[in-house]
Amino acid sequence: MNGIWATLLGLGDKLAAHVLLSSAAIALGIALALPLAIWASRSETVARATLGFASLVQTIPALALLALFFPILLSLRAVFGEGLPTLGFLPALLALALYALLPILRNAVTAQANLDPGVIEAADGVGMSFWQRLRLVEAPLVAPYIMAGIRTAAVWTIGAATLSTTIGQPSLGDPIFAGLQTQNWVLVLAGCIASAGLALVADALLGTIERGLKTRRRLLTAGGLGAVALGILAALAVQFAGRSEDRIVIGAKGFSEQYILARLIGQRLETAGYAVGYRDGLGSAVAHRAVSTGAIDILVDYTGTIWTNQMERSDNPPRDAMLAEIIDWESRTSGTHVLGRLGFENAYGLAMPRAAAASAGISGIGDLATKGQGMTIGGDPEFFERPEWIAVRDTYGLRFAARRNFAPTFMYNALQSGEADVIGAYTSDGRIAADDLVILDDPQGAFPNYDAIVLLAPETGKDERLREALRPLVGAIDVAAMREANLSVDREEEKVSFEEAARRLAQRAGIETP
Amino acid sequence: MNHAQQAPLEFRDLRKRYGATPAVAGISLAIAPGAFVALVGASGSGKSTLLKTVNRLVEPSGGTVLFEGADVAGLPLAALRRRIGYVFQSVGLFPHMSVAENIAIGPRLVGERLPVSRIAELLELVDLDPAMAPRMPDELSGGQRQRVGVARALASEPQLLLMDEPFGALDPVTRDALGQRVRKLHAELGLTTVMVTHDMAEALLLADRILVMDGGRIVADETPHALLDGAGGEIAQALVSVPRGQADRLAELAR
Repeated sequence: MNGIWATLLGLGDKLAAHVLLSSAAIALGIALALPLAIWASRSETVARATLGFASLVQTIPALALLALFFPILLSLRAVFGEGLPTLGFLPALLALALYALLPILRNAVTAQANLDPGVIEAADGVGMSFWQRLRLVEAPLVAPYIMAGIRTAAVWTIGAATLSTTIGQPSLGDPIFAGLQTQNWVLVLAGCIASAGLALVADALLGTIERGLKTRRRLLTAGGLGAVALGILAALAVQFAGRSEDRIVIGAKGFSEQYILARLIGQRLETAGYAVGYRDGLGSAVAHRAVSTGAIDILVDYTGTIWTNQMERSDNPPRDAMLAEIIDWESRTSGTHVLGRLGFENAYGLAMPRAAAASAGISGIGDLATKGQGMTIGGDPEFFERPEWIAVRDTYGLRFAARRNFAPTFMYNALQSGEADVIGAYTSDGRIAADDLVILDDPQGAFPNYDAIVLLAPETGKDERLREALRPLVGAIDVAAMREANLSVDREEEKVSFEEAARRLAQRAGIETP
Repeated sequence: MNHAQQAPLEFRDLRKRYGATPAVAGISLAIAPGAFVALVGASGSGKSTLLKTVNRLVEPSGGTVLFEGADVAGLPLAALRRRIGYVFQSVGLFPHMSVAENIAIGPRLVGERLPVSRIAELLELVDLDPAMAPRMPDELSGGQRQRVGVARALASEPQLLLMDEPFGALDPVTRDALGQRVRKLHAELGLTTVMVTHDMAEALLLADRILVMDGGRIVADETPHALLDGAGGEIAQALVSVPRGQADRLAELAR
C-alpha cells in the first residue's frame, strides 16, 4: 500500500497535464456545443444534423478517434504549415472536445425543446429581441440542464483522456499504460485511482454549480465555479513552473525495452546537461512519424520495422546492406538522422515452450505448417497486421486454428496457461530464457533483421554535442544485457523501475555516467 | 362611433392560411378607441390567429393590420410589442423571475427600472397584495398568476390591451372576479381592449361589441344587446342560446 501512496504522490505533473487537457477539451466542447445548440433550437434540420454528427462521433472508440487525428492534422499541414503539431496536446484536445460535444449538445437541445411554449410566446409577446429572449429567458431556464450535460462530458473526458498517452500527450494514462506493460499493478492502480478521483471531484464541483443554477443560489454557483477555476490554475502552475522550453523529448513505444532504453538515453543526456522529457507508450507507426517530424527528438527503432512498415519493402537483404539503405532513406525522405546500432537485435520470432515444442517434434517454423493447424497463435495487437507476419505466413504456408491478440506482457502468460500454443515473441525479451521458451528456426529468412538503432529527429541530429553524448551507446548493448534488463522490470518478483533498470544496464554495458 | 378619431386598430382584407387551410379569410374592420371588443367563436374559427396578427406573433398571408394608423408590418417588432399589452392564455410568467421582475420585464427591455412603488401600484390594480412582489410564480395560485399576467401587460402603460382566452384556465369564481376587475381597469385606464373567448356569456357580460367568427370570417358584428334581441344570424344565435338556456333553467329552478 505504501507503494501506491508513493506512486500517487509522484503523479503530480501527470495529474496537472490531465487536468489541463481535460478542462481545455471540455471548454472547447462547450464553446462548440452552445452556438450549435442555439442554432439547433431555431431549426429542426440543424438539430437533427448536429445531434446525428455528435452521436456518430460517440460511436467511434476513443482510442481510434485519438489516433485518427494524427493523419488528419498531418494533412492539415498543407494548409497551416509545418508548424502544426500532429502529436501530443493538439490532437488529444480536438478528439476529446468532439467526444465532449454530445452530452452537452444533447442536453442543451433537449432542454430547449422542452421549454414551456407559453413562456417562449410570452417572451416574444412582451417584446424581447432574439438576444434578449436568449439571455433573459432561455439561457437561465436551460442552464441547469446544460450543466448536467457538462458534468457527464467531464466524467467521460477525464476517463478518455487517459488514452491520450498513446498519441504522445502526457496524462494519467502514462502510469496505466506503463504498468500494464510490465504487470506493475501498483502503477496501474495509482493511475486508475488518480483519474477516477479526479473525475469524482470534477463531478462533485460541477454538480454544485448545477445545484446552484437550479435553485438560483448565486453563492453556490460562484463557489463551484471558483473551485473549478482554482483547480485549473493550480494545474497551470504545476505545468509551467520551472519548465524549460528546449527539452529533449525521448519517445518510447509501448513495451518495456523501449521504456528502459528511453531512460538510458535520458540519463546520459541529463548528465550532459540537457533537460529531458519522455513520451511513453506511442504506437509503432506513430512513434516513427513522431521522430521524423520532430514531434519527439529521439527514438529507438528497429531496422526490420522501418524496412517493412515505413519503407514497405518485402525483400530481405543482409543486415549491413539493410542499415545502409535505411540511413539513406531516412535522410532523403525526412532528414532523420540514424545515430547507429545499439548492438542487440530484437527480432520477431515464433516462440513455444521448449517442452511442448520437443514433444510435438517442432523445431522450425516450417514444422508448424503441418503440425500447427490445431494450435492457437498469439501476438501483440500490431502483430497480425504487420507485413512481417504476412511474409512469414505466406513463406511457410502457416494456418492456425485460432489467433488471439494480447498486450505484449500477457502473451507470455498466455503461453504458460495454454491459451496460446505459439506466440510472436521478441527475441530480446528476458522471459524467453526465464520461461524456458524456444525460438523456432527461420531457415528461409522470412523475418528480417531487427537491429535496434537510435533515430534522431532532423533538427536534433544537427546537435553535435548531443550526438557525442549518445555515441558511447552505439554497439554497447548486447542481447544478453538487454534480456536481463527487460526481465528485471517484467518479472513478478523484485521488479525494478525503468530508471533503475536503465542504470543497471549502463553499468553492465560499461557505459555508466559518473 | 366617432369617425373623426383615429381607430387604434384596423384590419384590411386580412388573410392567413396554414397550408391549404384558411384560418383567416379576408377580414376588414376597424375598432374604435375605448371599445371593449370580444372575439367569440368555436375552436379553429380563427379568432386567436386574428388577434396574434396585431402584435405579429402570427404573420399574415395577405392584407394589412393598422395600429394607430400605421401598418404593423413596417414597425420594429420589439417596439410594437412593447406598446401593446398582451395577456396570454397560458399566462406565460417567467418561472425564474419573481413577481416584481415579471411585471417589470417590459420596461427593463428598454433599459428602464420600474420603481417599487409602481410595482405595488400595478399589483393593487389587479387586487393583489404588494407584499407578493418578491414571490416566485410557482408559489402562486392560478388566479394570482393571471392577475400578475395582467399587471405585466399593463406595466408599459399601453393604450391597446389584447387578451387571448385570458380566463380560460381559471375556476368560475376567480374567473368572474378577474373579468370584472379587467372591465373596470379598461374603463379607468381608458384602454381599447380586444378579448378572444369561446364563452359567449363572458363576452355578453364584459364587452360592448361582439364579433362572432366562423371559418375564418366575421359572421356577426353586434352589441350584446342586439345579440340578445336575436340579431347576428344563425351561428351567433346558436352561441347565444347556450347561456340564455342556462339562465332560463336557473330561473326555473329558482322559482
